[in-house]
Amino acid sequence: MALELKDVTKRVGAIQHIKETSLLLEPGHFNVLLGATGSGKTSLIKLMAGLDPMASGQVLMDGEDVSRLSTQKRNISLVHQFFINYPHMTVFENIASPLKVAGMAKSEIADRVEEAAAILQLKPMLHRRPHELSGGQQQRCALARAIAKESRAVFLDEPLANLDYKLREELRDQLPELFAGRGAVVVYATSEPEEALLLGGKTALMRDGRVTQFGATAEIYRNPGNIDAARVFSDPPINTARIIKQGSMARLGAGVTWELSGSAATLSDGSYTIAVRPHHVLPVARDSAKVQLSGRVQVTELSGSESSAHFDMGTGSDTGSWVSLAHGVHPYRVGELHDFYMDPAQAYFFAPDGSRAA
Amino acid sequence: MKTENQKAWFFVLPVLLLVAFNALIPMMTVVNYSVQETFGDNVFFWQGLDWFQQILRSDRFHAALGRQFLFTFLILIIEVPLGIAIALSMPRSGFWVPVCLVLMALPMLIPWNVVGAMWNIFTLPDIGLLGYFLNHVLGINYDMTQDPIAAWVTIVTMDVWHWTSLVVLLAYAGLVSIPDAYYQAAKIDGASNWAVFRFIQLPKMKTVLTIAILLRFMDSFNIYTEPFVLTGGGPGNSTTLLSIDLVKIALGQFDLGPAAAMSLIYFAITLLVSWLFYTLMTKDDLN
Repeated sequence: MALELKDVTKRVGAIQHIKETSLLLEPGHFNVLLGATGSGKTSLIKLMAGLDPMASGQVLMDGEDVSRLSTQKRNISLVHQFFINYPHMTVFENIASPLKVAGMAKSEIADRVEEAAAILQLKPMLHRRPHELSGGQQQRCALARAIAKESRAVFLDEPLANLDYKLREELRDQLPELFAGRGAVVVYATSEPEEALLLGGKTALMRDGRVTQFGATAEIYRNPGNIDAARVFSDPPINTARIIKQGSMARLGAGVTWELSGSAATLSDGSYTIAVRPHHVLPVARDSAKVQLSGRVQVTELSGSESSAHFDMGTGSDTGSWVSLAHGVHPYRVGELHDFYMDPAQAYFFAPDGSRAA
Repeated sequence: MKTENQKAWFFVLPVLLLVAFNALIPMMTVVNYSVQETFGDNVFFWQGLDWFQQILRSDRFHAALGRQFLFTFLILIIEVPLGIAIALSMPRSGFWVPVCLVLMALPMLIPWNVVGAMWNIFTLPDIGLLGYFLNHVLGINYDMTQDPIAAWVTIVTMDVWHWTSLVVLLAYAGLVSIPDAYYQAAKIDGASNWAVFRFIQLPKMKTVLTIAILLRFMDSFNIYTEPFVLTGGGPGNSTTLLSIDLVKIALGQFDLGPAAAMSLIYFAITLLVSWLFYTLMTKDDLN
C-alpha cells in the first residue's frame, strides 16, 4: 500500500487552502505532517480521506486513482484530536462499528475487537460507554477502532493534543508499535517538532497550505532546505538574523564578526539570513561555541533541567530577540546585559529569497 | 457562628402563591364539585364517589375516550415521522435556513380558533378551495358535515398541518447540534445513510424527540378549540373528543358533578400516559 498525492489543491471560494502538493506516503513508518495551526495539515488529511473535495489533482492508493471514490469506499481510518466515539454505544460496539458496517461475521468481529482492545488495554472497559472513560481511554478507544478495521490508510490528526502530558508521552511511545507491521500508511499530523522527532519516520513540513520539505525526519531536522523549514522545525523558535558576508568574515549587526568556515566560506559576498537553534546559543563559552553575542535579558524560563533566556542584541527589527537554551540552571537577571556564545558551525545560511545557501 | 434564618421562604413564596391561585385552588374546586351534588343557591349534598362510578361506567365516556386515543394515536404516528423527515431534508446552513424556519413556524403562530375556522371554510364542499376541488374537480364525494370519515380526515389533516412544525423545529435543533466530526467518523466507518440516521442522528435527537412526543401527546389529548370550531364534534358524535364532551356536560347540561369527576379522570389519564411515555423513552439513559 502506498498513498500518493499528485498536484492536489483545495480551494474554498477564492481562498486556496492547499496549494499544489505532491507527496508519496509509504507504509512501514510514520508520515508526519508538521506545521503550525492553520498550515493545512487537517485540510490535506481531509483531501486524502475524501471528506473534502479537491479543486484539482489526484489521490492514488496503490496506483489506483481514488479521487472520485467516496470516503466510505476508500477503506481508511481517521482519529481526531477530539475523542470521537459513538456516545450511545459501548466500547465494544464502537470498535466493532466499522466491521459491522462492512458485514463481517460476528465471530471474526469479536476476535478483532478483542485483539485491538488487548493492544490498547481496553479489555476491562469493553462494556462501558465512552462517557464513562477517561480522556486517554476514550482516545485509545478511537485508536482501537482504527486498528481493528485494518484499513489501507490511517490518519491521526493531532491525536494526542487533548491529552494531559503524561498520557501523551505514554501513548506516543506506543503508537509506532501499534501500527508496525500492519501495512497501512500512517499519516500523523502535529504542530510539535519534538513529536515529529520522537516518532521518527518521514516528515512533511507544512506552511501556508504547501509542503515546504519532505524527507526522513532526522535528515530534515539536520538539513532544513529553506528558512520556512528551519522555522517550522524548531521549538523554541529558531533564532534568525541578517548578516553581511564579506570575504571570509561574517558580520552581524554593528559589533559581532566571526570567520566563516566550511561551505559558508565559499558563498559569494552579500547579505544572508542565518538561523541558529536555541541550544546552539549558550550562556558560557565552549570550544565550539565561541562567537560572542551580548544582549539584554528579557525573559527567562526554567523548565526541568534546562534554562532558557530571551535576549535582545539591540540590532533592530532585523533580528528581534534571540533565545538561548542550555542544560543546567543558569543565573540570569532580567534587564541585565549578558554574554552568550553562538556555535557558528551550527548556523544555517539562507539567501534573501529564503532558499538554503549553506 | 453561622446564623440560620427562614428568609429563603420569601424567594419561594411568590411561586407558591402563583401556583396556588392558577392551579391548586381551581383544581381543589374541581375536586370539591366531583364529590357533591350542586343545586342553586349554593346548596351542596355529599355524593361520595358516585360521579366517578357513573362516568367510568358510562358508554358515552368510553366512546369519547376511544375517539380521543384514536385521534392522538393518528396524529403522533403521522406527525413524528413526518416531522423527522422534514427536519432531515432541511438545509443545515446557508440562505435557506431562516426561510425554512419561518415557513415552518407560520402555522404555529395562528390562533387555534382561527385554524379551525380556516379549515372549516377551506373544506366547504361548494365554496371552500379544497372542498370544491375534491367534489367538483376530482369528483370525490367529500363533505365533513355529513360523512364521519371525511370529518376525521379533516381534523387529523388540520392538526398535522398545524403542529408537525413543532416536531420539525425540535428535531432540527437536535440535528444541527451534531458536530461534523460524527458524520465524518460515520463516513470513514463506511456507514450508509440509514446507519447514520439510526446510530448518530436518532440517538442525538432522542432528548428533543422525547420532549416533542410528550408535548404533542398532551396537546393532542387535550385538544379542544380547533375540532370544536371545525366540526363541533359532529357529524353526530363522530368527532366528539373528550374535551368537547366534557364541555357539553359541564356547560351544556350543567352537570357540574359528573363533569368535575370526568375532568379528574381525564387529568389522571393524561398524567399516566405522559409518565408512561417518559419512562419508556428515557429508560436507556438511566443505566
